[in-house]
Amino acid sequence: MLFSDSHILSTILFTPLIGAILMLFIPRERADLHRWMGNLFGFLGLLVSLPLIWRFQSGPGAPQFQFVENASWIPSIGAHFTLGIDGLSFLMVMLTTVLGAIAILSSWSAIHKREKEYYILLLLLQTGMLGVFMSLDFVLFYVFWEVMLVPMYFLIGVWGSERRLYAAIKFFLYTLAGSVLMLLAILAIYYYRNTFDVRAILEHPFTTQAGWLQKWLFWGFFFAFAIKVPMFPFHTWLPDAHTEAPTAGSVILAGVLLKMGTYGFLRFSVPMFPDATVKYRGIVIVLSLIGIIYGALVCMMQKDMKKLIAYSSVSHMGFCTLGIFVLTPLGLSGSIIQQINHGISTGALFLLVGVLYERRHTRLISEFGGLSTPMPNFAAVYLIITLSSLGMPLLNGFIGELTILRGVFEVSRQWAAWGVFGVILGAAYLLWLYQRVMFGSVTNPANEHLPDLNAREYVTLIPLVVLAFWIGIYPAPLFKVVEQPVRRLVECVHPGYYADWHTPGEKAAAESGATSPAAIPAGAQAEVK
Amino acid sequence: MPWQKIFEQTRGDFFLVLPEAMLIFFGLAILLSDFLLTKPQKFWNALTAMLGVVFSGGSLYMLRAYAAAPYGPTPGFYNSIMVDPFFIFFGFLFLASTALVILISVRYMEIEDEQHGEYYALMLFATVGMMFLACGNDLVVLFLGLETMALSFYVLSGFLRRDRRSNEAAMKYMLMGAFSSGILAYGFSILYGLAGSTNLTKIEVAISQRPAHDLLTFLALGTVAAGIFFKIAGVPFHQWAPDVYEGAPTAITAFVSGASKAASFALLLRLFLTVFWPVNLDWVRIMEAVGVLSLTVGTLAAITQTNIKRLLAYSSIAQVGYILLGFVAAVNPDGTLHERGLQAMAFYLFVYVFFNTGAFAVVILLRRKGIIGDEIDDLNGLIERSPGAAVLMLIFLLSLAGIPPTAGFVAKLLIFWALIETHHTVLAVLGVLYILPAVYYYFRMVAAMWVRESSDKVQPVISWAQKFALGAMVSVTLAAGMFPEQFLRLATYSILTPFGQ
Repeated sequence: MLFSDSHILSTILFTPLIGAILMLFIPRERADLHRWMGNLFGFLGLLVSLPLIWRFQSGPGAPQFQFVENASWIPSIGAHFTLGIDGLSFLMVMLTTVLGAIAILSSWSAIHKREKEYYILLLLLQTGMLGVFMSLDFVLFYVFWEVMLVPMYFLIGVWGSERRLYAAIKFFLYTLAGSVLMLLAILAIYYYRNTFDVRAILEHPFTTQAGWLQKWLFWGFFFAFAIKVPMFPFHTWLPDAHTEAPTAGSVILAGVLLKMGTYGFLRFSVPMFPDATVKYRGIVIVLSLIGIIYGALVCMMQKDMKKLIAYSSVSHMGFCTLGIFVLTPLGLSGSIIQQINHGISTGALFLLVGVLYERRHTRLISEFGGLSTPMPNFAAVYLIITLSSLGMPLLNGFIGELTILRGVFEVSRQWAAWGVFGVILGAAYLLWLYQRVMFGSVTNPANEHLPDLNAREYVTLIPLVVLAFWIGIYPAPLFKVVEQPVRRLVECVHPGYYADWHTPGEKAAAESGATSPAAIPAGAQAEVK
Repeated sequence: MPWQKIFEQTRGDFFLVLPEAMLIFFGLAILLSDFLLTKPQKFWNALTAMLGVVFSGGSLYMLRAYAAAPYGPTPGFYNSIMVDPFFIFFGFLFLASTALVILISVRYMEIEDEQHGEYYALMLFATVGMMFLACGNDLVVLFLGLETMALSFYVLSGFLRRDRRSNEAAMKYMLMGAFSSGILAYGFSILYGLAGSTNLTKIEVAISQRPAHDLLTFLALGTVAAGIFFKIAGVPFHQWAPDVYEGAPTAITAFVSGASKAASFALLLRLFLTVFWPVNLDWVRIMEAVGVLSLTVGTLAAITQTNIKRLLAYSSIAQVGYILLGFVAAVNPDGTLHERGLQAMAFYLFVYVFFNTGAFAVVILLRRKGIIGDEIDDLNGLIERSPGAAVLMLIFLLSLAGIPPTAGFVAKLLIFWALIETHHTVLAVLGVLYILPAVYYYFRMVAAMWVRESSDKVQPVISWAQKFALGAMVSVTLAAGMFPEQFLRLATYSILTPFGQ
């Protein structure tokens, strides 16, 4: 049996790292060789992750965590090297490998200084992110969670635009502030449970019996994830970091890094502190709704395309946290799918802005106008992605937002109404942006002879367009993958949810009054109101 | 096994101080042979010193069997020294630090044009003092050890005779040091008065028989603590540190901030875990106050520094704060000993010596004829001039800040862990939050190295000795960060000494 068969997660995790180590030994002057090596290992990282697609089991009988690897790491403190993925992390891993390879390819002609360090850092970042999604041990998770900050700091700080140093250190300090508190929460968990094993804690979550402890732990984790998502009012690092980062950095930031926050909520906060989650979800939902509306309104006022897309992330990620914290099957599965969608569409939007930036070295909306004349193909791809991002049926964004809003509607019409308002605003700013950049006659002579997309840019964009259509038209496989994880989450928060659903009375009630959240226990109901 | 046979047959106490004797022997040998060497041959002094460290380490390794159970701990010279795992651990730490500092000194002293044999001899003598601090079980031995170390350091920090900053550093260090030694000696004299003996074991017995609220005991505890806080540069006894660190030869700065600090911590641990352990006073509060103050002052003052050595001086004050918090966490709420706190301290001190010396070693690389190279601006564009040095400095700084996968992270993790286990949650929160400003000021250096452009394009020259030392330091920093198991066992070994009983 091949090593890569029995240790598929290790293989995926360390392929980028091996690439980075190999590149250390190539002289700095061989910039082209570094480019090739970076792309080779980015692509290799994607290739080795593909077998997951057919080997991952998503049926009801499948084990919760699959491909589990367990090795002793630091026996003295009880930390293990434990990897394993469930449906949720499977999707995140795939998103990371796909976007990682695309981000590396997109840097081909954008990066002209210190190629060696650039590609090494991108590959290290890739390993760090994959590790976050795969770790089933708290110490290991925390190490990956923090390790990944350093390469990102450099990507922004060295290869970013004018205010890059400010943006880089701001990103670093904000995310670190949340994560150090999480570290204390992790240590407190060990103090009370004597284990760092995530699976063990998932089996015996901290319920109300744990008293004040579960509340403190919930908030300890909350800040780390809320800053990462980023949730209003912790979002201020994001516009700076996104705007100053190089294209690949923005793609990774928006596509994968933000998902770590929502992943953390789904993996740790909700299932480990279910009672605290139910107790405090009102606060989180209100913050999400503020984020949705506020982010969208701020988008309207932006002059810088990248900043606009950055704020649109605040709004879109608001939907994801909203879906998580309504704690219904539809909300949760919609949220997970919307996370993938956001990675695809926002990643692609940043790539498209990067295409423009490479040609014109500006991102100001006012510099552009009527681009559909010189760059028709670019305009077409941009349109598809814009529509996907604003939730047009047949494209991926629609599926995610619709499912989330249905889930929200089951619990509260008011919340759903605010959410829908956010969708409308989203359509407004995205279409307005499209109109200002693409339509009309070419106002700026500098734009008259811009070359259209080249082959490499097609290769980076087409997979994302295909994915957007696929999820928009046939999302069933995704729903199947997330079904079991979502079921577990809901069972954890509302024990007996599915059982209640199938008792005749409840079922009838649920069917007749579709708006009534009959199945949610009374305690949770009271909290909502 | 000829060595063991000698031990077996003679069983003389002399062999218990063989590590120290080796250092003295080679130190004296350097002083003698220095006369025979011409200027280009002066590197032989460094080699002799290294040889001394190696022999001392070898004899320490042999002693190991007499330190831990079943044979040990072995007292010697009428119970005035104690060979126990605590001593073995710290002894190796001091020797490792000495070896690293010797390796990074050679080229530095050549550039400074001060290649004298006394430099290396004094370093060995300072190490002898440190080792007696770690093994002393008698007030006189401890005090002599401390003074041997301190006197050597006064001379070493003023070794650049033609540099006014160095002279200032030596003068300040000596005045403050003499002052603190005086306070410490006063505390020792009270202890002697209370017990009628200078032996720690006897003093411990005497103190445990004193009345519950005994003013004299408190006075002794207070003065001894103040004297030691001076040596470890804990706030509010830290004022000498930034000036001395800035003025002293950079290699000596690394030595003072690493090994000498570890030695003073060894003294602190030895005294508080034996003599003062039964004192009916919540002296943990004192550690707590000094720890938090050191963290606060060190962190906040470091933010505004523009000189790397001063910045690292304040940062090391903050590190002292973390280590003292480890001591706070070494005592359970019910007054018993919490071993993870001690283990955290031992681990922290061990790895700290490596990455702290590493950071200073990179600063040494910037020194060349005509360029002092200790301002943050001197780091500008280092990634272009010497990528290796820039990456190494990054790793050392990450470790100082406590970011994984470096040793500093594991060290801080253990401290916070012990704090949580002893219910010092507020201190733990304070401790983690101070990492944020720390990252900010360390990353000012990182930004200078990686982002800023440099006007001067001169590539630093790295000698083979420096390469070797840097390699060793970075390996320990990364290995203890990613695979800390062996290092943790080492730290556990050090606390096998039956303290707190």
